[in-house]
Amino acid sequence: MDFPKLKRSISATITHFILIIVSLSCVFPVFWMVSSSLKTQEEVFSKMSLLPSTWNWSNYVTAFVKADFGQYFLNSVFYTVVGVFFVIFISTLAAYAFARLEFFGKSFFFYLLIATLLIPIPGVFVPLFLLLKNLSLLDTRTGLLLCYISNGLAFAIFLLKGFFDELPKEVEEAALIDGCSRFGIYYRIALPLAKPAIATLVIMNALTIWNEFLLALVVLQDKAKMPIQRGLMVFQGTFVTDYPLLMAGLTIATIPIVIVYLYMQKHIIKGIAAGALKG
Amino acid sequence: MKITNKEKMTNFCFIIPALILFLVFSLYPIVRTFELSVFQWNGVDKNMVFVGFAQYKDILFNNPSFWKSMLNAGYITLLALTIQNGLALLLALLVNQNVKGENIYRTIFFLPPVLSGVVVGLIWKFVFDGNFGILDHFLYGLGFKEFHDYAWLSEIKTAISSVAVVHMWKGFGYGFIILLAGLQTIPVELYEAARVDGANSWQQFKNVTLPLLMPIFTIVSILTILGTMQIFDLIYSMTRGGPAGHTHVPITKIYEYMNNGEFGYSTAMAVVFGVVLLVISYAQIYFSKKFK
Repeated sequence: MDFPKLKRSISATITHFILIIVSLSCVFPVFWMVSSSLKTQEEVFSKMSLLPSTWNWSNYVTAFVKADFGQYFLNSVFYTVVGVFFVIFISTLAAYAFARLEFFGKSFFFYLLIATLLIPIPGVFVPLFLLLKNLSLLDTRTGLLLCYISNGLAFAIFLLKGFFDELPKEVEEAALIDGCSRFGIYYRIALPLAKPAIATLVIMNALTIWNEFLLALVVLQDKAKMPIQRGLMVFQGTFVTDYPLLMAGLTIATIPIVIVYLYMQKHIIKGIAAGALKG
Repeated sequence: MKITNKEKMTNFCFIIPALILFLVFSLYPIVRTFELSVFQWNGVDKNMVFVGFAQYKDILFNNPSFWKSMLNAGYITLLALTIQNGLALLLALLVNQNVKGENIYRTIFFLPPVLSGVVVGLIWKFVFDGNFGILDHFLYGLGFKEFHDYAWLSEIKTAISSVAVVHMWKGFGYGFIILLAGLQTIPVELYEAARVDGANSWQQFKNVTLPLLMPIFTIVSILTILGTMQIFDLIYSMTRGGPAGHTHVPITKIYEYMNNGEFGYSTAMAVVFGVVLLVISYAQIYFSKKFK
């Protein structure tokens, strides 16, 4: 008898057993959401079959037509696209300056920025609410977007500055001698080189904005402007126990995230590791 | 190369958009939190009544419901630090030994963390439901007749623990990813050297893996503490603090006070809570350095 081999195959079996159990527990609730979204109300109440007896797409139609889900969805797409664009544009500009350029108060401003990453500040939504009210930006798309954009800046600048610091300076110096402006160098040389870091930041900020709920709750009252997470709660308040319809809404809110996640996994995991290990 | 003042000015333009947004929407609200916390104010009146530290005193000594919410968050945090992070470490160690399908496991374990808090909360609310929930159906099928119609989130006995389970379900993949990345930075040579010296797998784990993973485990712990103490979306979507305040956490409390128009009081609460968070995370760093 080959003992070490037997021992190894037993331990491999146990390993896979544990990993598979945990995997099933991760996937099941998501599967249950999708499956229930295709059932009827009676079916959800009376029997607990894993799959719907007939695939009933009407919940999705109702969600879009009667429960404003089309609107919420488009709003979320708008907030995510515009928010991510401005986070990237503003943070690359600033990070490039912090890494390469000389100006007054450079290290002071940089450390001020980083300090807000290190110190936990709960409950800033209270003064933010009052600020937006004073600026007449409460219950507006602009108000919510400004919050989202400024929330994403500190980490993005921190990550990008580190990235720019490691790029060689020679190409930029040559371009400067050839008469290229500083903005030209940023736009034509630094930005294309920073693509990997930008990709990570695009994905992470998109996930954050798409999933954000608290600020949307505080800032918005008007249903027409609500992003999907906020809409889900309104929806849940209106259709209290219509679980199949609610599950259809949840599925609509989740599909874009899962697609982006499956395609961009590497960038997300890289971003998480960068965020945690450098922090 | 000499840099003129004019160049310095144009260089400064690069950070102006970031600076304005940061000052107005990040720094100013922080400063304003402290300012508001010494006033009694409903957010509407022209006059803010200066009350000094009276609101702080009230929160510290006369507001058991706030401290109850702190305890609730502390309870979830304790479970997350032990069970959730223990599971994350175990899974990271298992996946790190070159198992087949490493990428598939990684993809699956990180699925809950990318879902939104509201979506996760509402899915689990459905699972825990007393009439429609699959959990009761499952337990009933296993022969636990008492769980017929049991509403997990509305019963005082189980509400907070049920929420904690969901929070851990959503969170362990995050710690797993970071710990796995940490494990993969440990050089293989160290294990080979340990083996040559006759170390068995437990000794290798204790003397190579654990000390080298310690700093990363500390980071994961701090992130867990900060993330869990500030839990909001899950609570709001599952229980809104109920039944009878038994699942309230500090952020739902602050939100509740703000919603009732007590702007000064809610910001004082935010400051107290912020100080608690700061103390916990620095204590964590201090102790992990001491143990090393």
